[in-house]
Order: sequence, then C-alpha cells, then structure tokens
Amino acid sequence: MNFQLTEEQQMVRDMARRFAEEQIKPVAAELDKTHRHPAEILKQMAELKFLGIAVPEEYGGGGMDNVSYILATIEISKACAATGVIMSVNNSLYCFPVLAYGTHEQKVKYLTPVASGEHLGCYGLTEAGAGSDPAAMRTTAVKDGDGWIINGEKKFITNGNVADYCVLAAVTEKGKGYKGISTFVVNLKETPGFSVGVVEEKLGIRASGTAELIFEDARVPGDALLGQPGEGFRQMLTTLDGGRLGIASQAIGIGRAVLEDALVYAKEREQFGQPIANFQAIQWKLADMAMELDAAELLTLRAAYHEDLHLPYEKEAAMAKCFASDAAMRAAVEGVQVLGGYGYINEYPMERHMRDAKICQIYEGTNEIMRVVIARSLLKGK
Amino acid sequence: MRLELTDEQKMIQEMAANFARSELAAAAAGLDRTKDRSILKANLKKMADLGLMTMNIPEEYGGAHVGVTAYSLAMTEIARACASTAVTMSVTNMVAEVILEFGTEEQRRKYIPKIAVGEYSAAAFGLTEPQAGSDPGGMKTLAVADGDDFILNGSKIFITSAEYAGVLVVWAVTDREAFKGRGISAFLIEPGTPGFLVGKDEEKMGQRGSSTNELLFEDCRVPRSQLLGTLHDGFRIALMELDGGRIGIASLALGLGLEAMDFAVNYARERVQFGRPIAEFQAIQVMIADAYMELEAARMLVLRAAWLKENGRPFTREASMAKLYASEAANRACYKAVQILGGYGYTQDFPVERYARDVRVTTLYEGTSEIQRLVIARELFKQ
Repeated sequence: MNFQLTEEQQMVRDMARRFAEEQIKPVAAELDKTHRHPAEILKQMAELKFLGIAVPEEYGGGGMDNVSYILATIEISKACAATGVIMSVNNSLYCFPVLAYGTHEQKVKYLTPVASGEHLGCYGLTEAGAGSDPAAMRTTAVKDGDGWIINGEKKFITNGNVADYCVLAAVTEKGKGYKGISTFVVNLKETPGFSVGVVEEKLGIRASGTAELIFEDARVPGDALLGQPGEGFRQMLTTLDGGRLGIASQAIGIGRAVLEDALVYAKEREQFGQPIANFQAIQWKLADMAMELDAAELLTLRAAYHEDLHLPYEKEAAMAKCFASDAAMRAAVEGVQVLGGYGYINEYPMERHMRDAKICQIYEGTNEIMRVVIARSLLKGK
Repeated sequence: MRLELTDEQKMIQEMAANFARSELAAAAAGLDRTKDRSILKANLKKMADLGLMTMNIPEEYGGAHVGVTAYSLAMTEIARACASTAVTMSVTNMVAEVILEFGTEEQRRKYIPKIAVGEYSAAAFGLTEPQAGSDPGGMKTLAVADGDDFILNGSKIFITSAEYAGVLVVWAVTDREAFKGRGISAFLIEPGTPGFLVGKDEEKMGQRGSSTNELLFEDCRVPRSQLLGTLHDGFRIALMELDGGRIGIASLALGLGLEAMDFAVNYARERVQFGRPIAEFQAIQVMIADAYMELEAARMLVLRAAWLKENGRPFTREASMAKLYASEAANRACYKAVQILGGYGYTQDFPVERYARDVRVTTLYEGTSEIQRLVIARELFKQ
C-alpha cells in the first residue's frame, strides 16, 4: 500500500495547478458573469493535452493514466468549475467511448480531432423525457442505404453549442427497450439536418454551454455506428462510470476552492476583537470541510486507480461521485456561511462556488441514482 | 500510488478475521451480558500468541513488527466480532509502543516481552481524571520527589483494562510551578504496589466486556527507575501516543460499522413486508448506500493515516481526520442498522443493538470529536 503519487502524476498536478492559478482563476468571475465560453483557455489546455489526457498519443492524446486525469481536473475545476466540466465531458464522455468502442479508422477520424483539443466533443444521451431513465429516449436512427437517418432532440447537453463532434445515443430498434439503443459518433458540422436549439440559462457553471441538439432527418454516414447495434446501453453505463470520476473531481475542485477561500477570510475577518478563525463555531466548519474533501479525494483516486488497473469500479465510481458532490455542496453552503454577508454577494467568488456545486449532485447520474447503483451492487454481494 | 495490500498484510487480515469469527464472535454477546473476565483473558492470551498485542513492536522485544497498516486491518477484523476485546487490543498495543518509544532499554526489556506473550493480559493508559478529560493538562494527580522515589497521590478515572493490566502508564504532575502541561511526567506502575488501588468497573452503555476503572493513589511510593521518559516531558509523550491510538480506534469503529451494516443487509434481503424483501425499497437502499459509502470513505482515511505513520511522515491531522470521521460514520451506520432491523434492532436476539451501544463511545474516548476538530483546524491554520 502506497499513497505516494508517482513523479509523473505529481508533475501533471503541479502543472495543472500552476496553469489554473495563472491563466484561469483571474478570469473565472468574468466567465461566470458573461456566460462566455472560455475558448482561449481551452486552446491552452489543448496544448497541455488536458482535453484528451488519457487518450494514447497515437490518437492525439496525452497518454496519461486516469489518476493523472483526476488530479488535473481537480485543479482546473478549483479555478473554474465550468472549465472543469467542459474538460471532463470532452475526456470522459466523448473521448472514452470512441477510444473504447471505435475501430482504428473511427478513432483516426473522430477521436484525434477531439483528443488533440482542436475540436470539442459532447455526449448526446439525455432527452426532455429521458434523464435518470435513459431507456425512455425517443430519438431514432433508421438505416438508410449506407448511412442512418436521425430524428429527435437531446436536452441539457454540455458543450452542445460549441462541439463539432458528438457521441449520440438513439433507438435503432423500437419496442426492445434498452436493448434497442445504439451509439453513433457524429461530425455535427457535416451533418445536414442537425441544429443547436436552446442554450440554457443556468444557476451555475454558466461559462459551460448547455444546449439542445435537434436532429431533423439528419443523415450520418455508415461509419458512424460505434460497435454493434443494440450495444448502446451497455456502452453508456461503462462510459458514465468514467464520467462520474470526472464529476467527482470537479466537485472536489470546487470544494478545495471553498476551503481555501474560507480559510483566508476567517483568518482576516475580525469581529469581537479577534479573527473569526479563533471561534470554534467557525473552526468546526473548516475542519469538517477539510476532512470530507480529503475523504472524497481518496475515494475518487481509489476508483481511478481501479480503472487504471482494469478492475471493476462501477460501485467505487458511484460512491466517489455521490460522496464528493454531497461533500462539495455541504462545503459550499458552509463556505457562504463563514463569509456571512460577503458570502452572498458577487464581490467574493464564494456565492459562485455554491451555485456551481449544486449541479454536481444532479448530472451524470443524480445522487439518487448513485445510491441505487451502490445499493444494488452491495445487495448482489459485490 | 498502490492501493493493494501486501501478501503479509492480507495474511494478517485473514488471520485476525478467522480468529474473530471462530473465537470471539460466539462469546461476544455473553461477554457483554456477564462481563466474564476469564473468557476475556483467555481470548487475550490467544491474541497475544498470534502477535496481536504488540503488532508494531520489533521482534527483539517479542513483537510481531508487522506495521501500522497490518495493525489497522487486524483491529477492524477483531472489532467486527467484539468491540470490547478490540479496545483492549488497541490500548495494549498503544502502551507497548509508548514504552518502546520513551522507555529505557531496561524498562523495555522488563515490560514489553510480557505484553507480547500475554503474560500480562493487557496494559493500561492512565491519563484521564475526573476533572481532566479533554483537558489533560489540568490533571491534579501529584508525584512528589522523595529521595530516590516519587510519592503519588491522586486518582484517575475511565481507565480501560486497569483491572487486569500487568503494567499501567500513569501521568502525574511533577512540577506544580510549571506552566500548565509543562510539569507532567509519566510513570510505569505495577498492580499491587502499596498505595495503589484499582477501583471497580464502571457500568457502561457499551463495550461492557472491557473494564473501565478508577485508579487510586494514596502515598504510593514509586522508584525513580519507573519514570518513563524525561522528567516533566510527560504531556508531550501522551499527545504523541494518542495520535497513534486514534488510528486504532478509527479502525475499531470502522469494523463495528461494517459488521452492523453487513448484518442489516442480510436481514433486509430476507425480511419480507408488503410482499417483498425490504431490500427492494429505495428507502432501505438509500440507507445501505449511504452507510457503506461513508464507511469506505472512513476506510480510506484510516489507511492513509496508517501509511503515513508507518512511513515516518507527519500524521497528526490525518489521524484526527480518520478517528473523527470513522467514529461518526460508524455511529450513523450502526443506528441505520438498528433502523433497518426495526423492532428486531432493539432486542437482544440480534447483535445489532449491541453494536449500536458499543459504537457510541468511539466519538468520546481517545479524544472527543470536538478535540479532533480543534486539532484539524489548528493544523489547517498552520498551512
């Protein structure tokens, strides 16, 4: 047993930390206020290989392990949660499935442009009527000659308005429930019939575009099918396991920002003739935050470690995502409390941390679903 | 980073688990009801034979020297079967370590081997007083120098295993003029020393198989050779040892929580209400998921603290985090387990009510949760 990071992992973390502090943190408030897509930051992250960090170098990626991915995502998210989720979705929800289920030709055509960071990817799963219950999706893909015709609408798609590529789930055989779902990898720019719908106004992660994807008799080529028809659901489950680690990392990053900001404030703010850091009521909050964030990070690293060793990690990933997001939300709420009135106004970033943290308990599997996944795994004796 | 156990660690974990299952589990309920010391002592001897009482002690003193991680793993397994036996093991290991770290060669050779082989059923840690719990610096027991001896007067309270300990480390004030906490020393006391009496066992809510006694010192004469460590350095010694002790208690709490939930899960699979096993109801699934998720988080914190200590790195903050989190998570888990069992969680037909009673003290002893938060906050402010 050894909790020491490798030199390479430490290097990735240090590099991400420095980049986040110097390049992202100074603009994070403005990104949130203007809802601006952080294009210039993502360009620099592409150069650091952060947008395809665990993809083999052969396909334009960083060739690093998942532990490194976790460490980097935490640091980026600490500076800006919106940038963190753009990075996470690109890595876990687009690059991973293409890498895992694509042929070599598909990887060259669809993975390299995104892993290299030249283009962004997104994950078209959720629909207005299919969130926690993705099998209820209605988007269809009908074989037509060599290719497929897609009809339907996806909702709440991160990067949906800025991505050129999409891993898309659609029903290829009606009446078969989840067994009738298949996955496609789509070059959105070259898909007639595709358009971006509403771009949502959100509580938090405002610099991350969340959009509707509309497919109206949209044609995709024959090589768009990922794996075999009917494999889509199983692919989705595996893909989301990795996505959960990304979100867990994002949550931990937000929590670390909260703790750091709260510590600084508590030491400086004086009331009743002393820093409020002297009061146990404040110390207790900070201690609990630090403890839970450490635990969240350890759970997440463990799950990433299992993934790197190709061991089963579904339960571990669900635990990490659920625990980290709940811990980050608790931390953020208490963080606002520590700052008092200043925690409520946008002069300080604390209110943004709280707005940003909430989504981590919801997307990529609500924490209710996470608990069901965990319980089922335990009841099966795993 | 490597998160697998070594072969030796796996072996020790398995050994402890087997021992717990075959020797401790069956006796645990009876031990809780009757406090039969002969059963406890017989088991403690068997544990000593397996090297479980001196796990972090070098072999030259009879120790098993398997390291802190193995110790933590073993503690968790023993606690699953019997928390009373586990806390005895934890304190005894801690006392052996304090003698190792601060004793003279003579003191080490005199006491540690006897703890290791089980000639002493247990060893005790005499710090707490009626007026000095979270604030041990406020202790009043006095040790006045008299020629080549010290005369001890005062009392201790809530001392685990004092009734059957072969050696006790006892802290006393040796310099009344010193700044609070600076004039305290540690002494090695043997039972039967004139002027030293062990009071009766407290009636406790849980961990009833483990004795919790008063110590009474009335003009108790103790030779200078029994001074442990440097004169007036006792407070630092106590705090240092408690850091390691926190890992033991955290491991114990983890075992209790896991055992309670394992029992509850099995029950939930079998218990049918409204035509189906209650395990199919989300309300139960949510409780199960939350409990295990928190226990896994606790496990990671505990193993991290153990690894840091084992590798000679600072571990104060991490040990406090582990103890705080594991004890509070275990409390939540045990009470969830009671809830899952419904009425059967409240009667003594099933062991879950005992787990709930046993777990309660884990947020109290070896540093209350409040003290742990103070320690963590203080460490955070140092950064």
